[in-house]
Amino acid sequence: MSILEIRQLTKNFGGIAAVVDVDMVVEKGDLVGLIGPNGAGKTTLFNLITGVYAPTSGEIVFTPYNKAILLSGKKPWWITRQGFARTFQNIRLFKELSVLDNVRIAMHKDIKYGVFSSILRLPAYYKEEDRVFTKALELLDIVGLKEKQAELAKNLPYGQQRRLEIARALATDPTVLFLDEPAAGMNPQETADLTRLIGELRQRFGLTIILIEHDMSLVMNLCERIYVLDYGRLIAKGSPDEIKNNQKVIEAYLGEEV
Amino acid sequence: MTQFLQQIVNGLSIGSIYALIALGYTMVYGIIKLINFAHGDIYMVGAFVGFICISTFKMSVLSAILCAMVFCALLGVAVERLAYKPLRNPTKAGLFATALVMGFILIYLVAKATLELDNLWAGVIALVLSLALGFFVYFTITPKGNPNRIAALITAIGVSFFLEYAMMAIMGPNNRSYPATLGGTATLAGVQITFAQILIFIITLALMLILTFIVQKTKIGRAMRAVSTDADAAALMGVNVDRTISITFAIGSSLAGAAGVLVGIYYNTLNPLMGMTYGLKAFIAAVFGGIGIIPGAMLGGFAIGITETMVAGYWSSLFKDAIVYIILIVILILKPSGLLGKNVREKV
Amino acid sequence: MKRWLTLPTLCWCVFAIGLYGLLQLLIEIGVISVVWQITLANIGINVILAVSLNLILGISGQFSLGHAAFMGIGAYAGGIVLKMLPGYTGMLLGALAGLLISALAALVIAVPTLRLRGDYLAIATLGFGEIIRIIINNMKITNGAAGLSNIPAVANLTVIYFTIVLTLIIVCNFKNSAPGRACISIKEDEIASEAMGIPTTRYKVIAFVLGAMLASLAGVLYASSFYVIKPTYFAFAQSINILVIVVFGGMGSMTGSVVAALVLGVINYLLQSLPNERMIVYAVAIILIMVFRPKGLMGNFELSFARLKSLQDIKALPALWKDKILAVLARLKNKRQKEDA
Repeated sequence: MSILEIRQLTKNFGGIAAVVDVDMVVEKGDLVGLIGPNGAGKTTLFNLITGVYAPTSGEIVFTPYNKAILLSGKKPWWITRQGFARTFQNIRLFKELSVLDNVRIAMHKDIKYGVFSSILRLPAYYKEEDRVFTKALELLDIVGLKEKQAELAKNLPYGQQRRLEIARALATDPTVLFLDEPAAGMNPQETADLTRLIGELRQRFGLTIILIEHDMSLVMNLCERIYVLDYGRLIAKGSPDEIKNNQKVIEAYLGEEV
Repeated sequence: MTQFLQQIVNGLSIGSIYALIALGYTMVYGIIKLINFAHGDIYMVGAFVGFICISTFKMSVLSAILCAMVFCALLGVAVERLAYKPLRNPTKAGLFATALVMGFILIYLVAKATLELDNLWAGVIALVLSLALGFFVYFTITPKGNPNRIAALITAIGVSFFLEYAMMAIMGPNNRSYPATLGGTATLAGVQITFAQILIFIITLALMLILTFIVQKTKIGRAMRAVSTDADAAALMGVNVDRTISITFAIGSSLAGAAGVLVGIYYNTLNPLMGMTYGLKAFIAAVFGGIGIIPGAMLGGFAIGITETMVAGYWSSLFKDAIVYIILIVILILKPSGLLGKNVREKV
Repeated sequence: MKRWLTLPTLCWCVFAIGLYGLLQLLIEIGVISVVWQITLANIGINVILAVSLNLILGISGQFSLGHAAFMGIGAYAGGIVLKMLPGYTGMLLGALAGLLISALAALVIAVPTLRLRGDYLAIATLGFGEIIRIIINNMKITNGAAGLSNIPAVANLTVIYFTIVLTLIIVCNFKNSAPGRACISIKEDEIASEAMGIPTTRYKVIAFVLGAMLASLAGVLYASSFYVIKPTYFAFAQSINILVIVVFGGMGSMTGSVVAALVLGVINYLLQSLPNERMIVYAVAIILIMVFRPKGLMGNFELSFARLKSLQDIKALPALWKDKILAVLARLKNKRQKEDA
C-alpha cells in the first residue's frame, strides 16, 4: 500500500522551474534515497512535501492508514501533525536552548494541557511534563545524547548536532521521516555509525524514510529505492544497482560528453 | 478644482521634505539593515544649523543649506563611527573612542550635577576619568561583532534621545522661528505657490538628481550598491565596506540637513523635538515605497505628503496621522516589502 | 497540591512576603519618604510593563513598538470606570474592562501583523499603537486631548506590589511550560519551529495578547496612582521607554526587566533636578550599555531557587557562593597572567 503519492508536482520561483512534473510513489516502510547533482531541486522537493513552499501545481497525498489526506497547500505545522518530520540540510536546531528542550519542543502536538493549565499550574501540567520528560530522555538515549541533555544545542559537536536533529524529528512521532543530507560533513566513521542508527530507527519505530544524500556509500548501502533528480525533473528511479548503471544518471553527474 | 490643485502643491512641497528625509532612512537600511531612528534628529539638527547660519551669521538661504548639509554629514559619520560601528564591527581603537567620548559626556554631566563643579573642573575630571575608562576598555575588552539587530536599534534610539536633549540643553526647549527670508507668492491659475515652495521643489529635485547620479554612475555609488547587496562579497572584491557605510551615512545625513533648513523656511518654526514626528512620517514614506530602494523613498515621500494634505484639506486634520498609519499597515500587510520592493524568501 | 509546594516555591513566597514586609517597615519608620514612594510606584508600574513586553519580545521574539497603547487602553478603561465608581470595586471592574478591551485590540492587531517579521512587524505595531492613541485622542468618553483628571487614587504600593508578583507568576509559569517553550522556539528559529508541528501564528498571538493584557493592568495602576492621564502619555515615546527597560535588563530575562526598571528608575530620580541633562545621561547610558553589553545587564540570567532540593542546600549556600567568588577571582588572575605572558 502506498503511503505517500506525489502527482505531477511543479514549483516555479519566478521564471525558474525548480521542480517539474515530479511523480513519486512511496510504499509503507520503504527507505527511499533522493539523489541528484547540486541544484537539482532535491531540497525544494522536500520543502514542498513538508509545506515550507506551496506547490505551483500538483498534488501530494498521504495515506497513513486507510484514509487519504491531501497535503499540498497546507501549513508545515499541520503537515507535521499528520505524521511527517524532517531534518534540515543546514542544521536548524534551537541553538540557545538545551538539548532536552530541543526534543521537548518537538513533542508539542503530544501535549495535553494549554496556556491556562500552565499559568495556574494545574495537575495536568505536572502529569504531562513528567511524561514528556521521560519520553524525551528515551529518545535522547536512542541517539546517544542522554548525558548531554543539559548542554546548549550550539555547544554540541557537529556530528551530535545532526543526531539531535534526528531525535528532535522523532519526537514529533512521525510515520514518514525526511532526512536532508544527514551525513553531510561527517567523517567515514561517523557516516557508518549514522547508517546503522538510521537502520535501527526504521526497525524500532516502523518508519518510512526518505533521505537526500550525496554520500553514495550511505545511499547505496541503506536505500532500497532511489530517485534521481536533475534540473527539477525525475530522470531515473529504481534499485541501487539499476541506478548505478543508468546511462542518464551517469550523464547527469558527469556531463554528457564522456 | 483650484482647491484640489492647491492641495496637490502643498502636498508636494511637504512630500519633498519627507522624501529627502526618507532617502536617508532608506540608504542606511539598504546598506546595514538598520532603522536609523536618529535620522529624524539629524534633520532637526540641520534645521537648527540653518537657523543659526541665517539669523546669527546672516547667510543667504543657499549657503545656509550648504552649511547644514556639511554639518549634518559630519554628524552622521560621527554617529555611525561612535555608536553603530562598535556594535557592527568593533575595533579596539573604535571602542576606545566610544568609551572616551561617551564616557566624557556622561562623567562631565554627572560631575557637574552632583559635585556642583564649574565647567573647567568638571571637564578636567571627566577627561581624566574617561581617558582611564577608554584605556581600561582598550586593554580589557576583546572586540567582537554583534549580529543582534535589536541592540543596534536600541542604540539608534539612544542616539536619537541624545541629539534631542543635547539640542534642548544648548538651545532651550522653546519653539524658535526662522527669520522671514523668502516672502512672496506667485499665483498660477488660481493656485497660490509661495517662493518657499518653489525653492523646496528646485532644491529637492536638484538633490535627488545628484543623488541618483552618485548612486548610478560613480565608483562610490557602485560600492554602495555592492555593499547593500552583499557586504562580505563586496569586501572580498576589494570594496572598503566601512568607508562605504560612512559615506552612505554622510550623504543620507546631508539630505536630512537640507530638509531641515527647507522645513524651517517653509513652516518658520523649529524646536528640538521636531525630529520625532517628521522622522516617523519620513520613515513611513520609506517603508511605503520599499525600504532600501531609493526611488521608493521619493515616491513614498510624495505619496505620504499628498495623502496628508488631502485628508487635512477635505476631512479633518485630526485624522491625517491616523490615515497615514493605516496606509502604512495596509501596505505592510499586502506587500511588506513596499510598493517597489521585491519579496525576499528565506532559504531553507 | 503536593507537587506545587516545593522548596523553590516556598523560597519565592518567603522572598516575596519578606520583601513586602521590608518595604512596609521602611515606609513606616520613614526611611522611604513620600517622594520615594511615588518613584517606587512608577518603578513598579514600569516593572509590569517591562515584564509584559519581555513576554512578547524576549520569549516569543516578536518586536513590538506599540506596547504603550495597551497601557493606554488599561489606563483609560480604569480611569473611566474609577471616576464612575471610586474604590476597589471600581478598580477591579476597570481592570476587567481594560483586560477585555486590550485583549480584543491585541487580537485585532496580532492576526494580520504577526505574519510579518522583524523590522516590518516593529513598524506595523508602531502604526497600530499610534492609531489607538489617535482614537483615544478623538473620543468623547476619553475627553479627547485634554485627557482625564481627578481620577480617584485607589492604587497604593501594596496593590502595585502584588500586581507585580501576579504578573511575574503568570509570565514565569508561562515561560516554563510547553506553550512557553513553543514561543521560545519561534524566537530561536521560526521555520524549524513550524516544521516541528508548532502552530507558530497561534503562539505568537497568544504571547502578544497575554503581554497586551498585562500591560493594560499596568495602565489601570498608572491611572489610579497618578490621577491624570492624557493620550500623549501613551505615545511612541512611552513604548520606547518600555523597550529600553527590557533591552537594558536583557531580553528574555524577567530578573533583568525587574532590575533594569529599578536601576533606570533610580537614575531618573537622582537626576530629577536636571531635566535636560538627565535625558542626555540616560541616552549616553543606553548607548554605552548597548555597545559594551549588547545582551543587556543580565543577559538571559534568571534568578532561581530551582537548584534547592532540601533545607541542607540552603545551609550550603554561603559556601557555594564563596566557591563561586573564589572561582571568578582565580579566573581573573589566570587571565591577567596569560596577558602578561
